[in-house]
Amino acid sequence: MRNFDYHAPASLDAAVALIGDKEDGKLIAGGMTLLPTLKQRLAAPSDLIDLAGVAELKGIKREGDEIVIGAMTCHADVAASDVVKSAIPALASLAGVIGDPAVRHRGTIGGSIANADPAADYPGAVVGLNAKIVTNKRVIAADDYFIDLFETALEQGEIITSVRFPIPERAAYQKFRHPASGYAVVGVMVAKFGADVRVGVTGAAGSAFRASDFEAALSENFSADAIKGVKMSPDGLLSDIHCTNEYRAHLVGVMARRAVAEA
Amino acid sequence: MKTKVTLNVNGQERTAEVEPRTLLVELLRDQLGMTGTHVGCDTTQCGCCVIHVDDKAVKSCTMLAVQAQGKKVVTIEGLAAADGTLHPMQEAFRDHHGLQCGFCTPGMVMMGVDIARRLPGADEKTVREQLEGNICRCTGYQGIVEAILSVVNPGAVKEHHHA
Ligand SMILES: Cc1cc2nc3c(=O)[nH]c(=O)nc-3n(C[C@H](O)[C@H](O)[C@H](O)COP(=O)(O)OP(=O)(O)OC[C@H]3O[C@@H](n4cnc5c(N)ncnc54)[C@H](O)[C@@H]3O)c2cc1C
Ligand code: FES
Ligand code: FES
Repeated sequence: MRNFDYHAPASLDAAVALIGDKEDGKLIAGGMTLLPTLKQRLAAPSDLIDLAGVAELKGIKREGDEIVIGAMTCHADVAASDVVKSAIPALASLAGVIGDPAVRHRGTIGGSIANADPAADYPGAVVGLNAKIVTNKRVIAADDYFIDLFETALEQGEIITSVRFPIPERAAYQKFRHPASGYAVVGVMVAKFGADVRVGVTGAAGSAFRASDFEAALSENFSADAIKGVKMSPDGLLSDIHCTNEYRAHLVGVMARRAVAEA
Repeated sequence: MKTKVTLNVNGQERTAEVEPRTLLVELLRDQLGMTGTHVGCDTTQCGCCVIHVDDKAVKSCTMLAVQAQGKKVVTIEGLAAADGTLHPMQEAFRDHHGLQCGFCTPGMVMMGVDIARRLPGADEKTVREQLEGNICRCTGYQGIVEAILSVVNPGAVKEHHHA
């Protein structure tokens, strides 16, 4: 790992000032993705700005019809939260299947969503539950946030402060877990908000997306049978060492049916 | 450029000069001479380096020493009593043949203690899931799972591995 200067600001304002100030600075949250990247010298920032001491970024609360999760909240805290478990149990169970217990003690929701790994779990929930990404500058809608592999709508130096999840009537997340890495080969979050149904897919493409044919069928009839005949097109899906795009397209259907059955 | 970091390790206040890039496991092993915490992969996969920071199991190869400023750290060296009496989790690993070469053992024991704290009464399936991030190349896990289960949920231990 190349050396860098380390900063531990105690407030959001101080963190914003530091990241704006340093030519090649990077934010560090749980470090579960960033530190392995630095060890491999895939990145060599001049400065690391640690968000761990920024109190404004922590905590979970219910505000009206939304669950608000601070960016620095770790996966284990989301998985164990009574507030999340009672309002959106699918979100708590998603957080509980990320990586392993030690990773869940450090890795954060803000870090996961900023990083936008195509195989990460939270992006499926952000898209499926129609969450809002709140930053130090603005509020970004889920549908506008994920752009491509590791690419989001965040600007240079923009800091995610919280993620706001609308509380659905019913929802469930199903993941086909890669047996070695634990990441999602395909993960599907299905959520029903009155007449509207959203289907958020992660793992299958460069970034999380909505499966609109599944959404249309489920809005008519919210049952696993209703999407039995719906096919996901493999065009544009990922093909890699793990499996082909056809296999991933098939998995989207299987995971979506399982999620509907569970919701 | 070096900076000073002060942390509590196994009940003792320790101060060291580290580079910002120094990993917590490097501080423990190379500077404080506590080599009980192992490094198996250095890529956050194997769990040999698991310690507790503020009472939570973390992989010390994937945390900077400077991030432990002011924190309470417990390593495998901090489990046994001052007179050498083993911690119940260590005793259980001995009783249930939870180790062979011993390389993964510090991390396994520290994760076992963490599981016992978070999930008292856990069943075998849960214990196996919780060991997702700890790899053992020797035992086949049976003795490890039994050892942890014997502490968190003694009634669930089906048979004694090597009675
Ligand atoms: C062994 C292992 C297994 C894993 N398994 C899974 C899995 O199954 N599913 C899964 O989804 N993930 C998995 N992960 C990834 C894990 O969830 C990470 O915690 C997550 O991707 C990154 O979060 P972090 O808090 O560690 O961020 P960091 O690594 O600290 O940061 C990641 C990136 O986000 C930026 N960033 C961090 N916080 C913010 C913020 N608030 N605003 C703007 N930018 C920010 C950083 O600058 C950096 O570029 C795994 C990781 C490991 C090591
Ligand atoms: S050495 Fe830390 S996880 Fe392998
Ligand atoms: S006892 Fe040898 S690696 Fe586990």
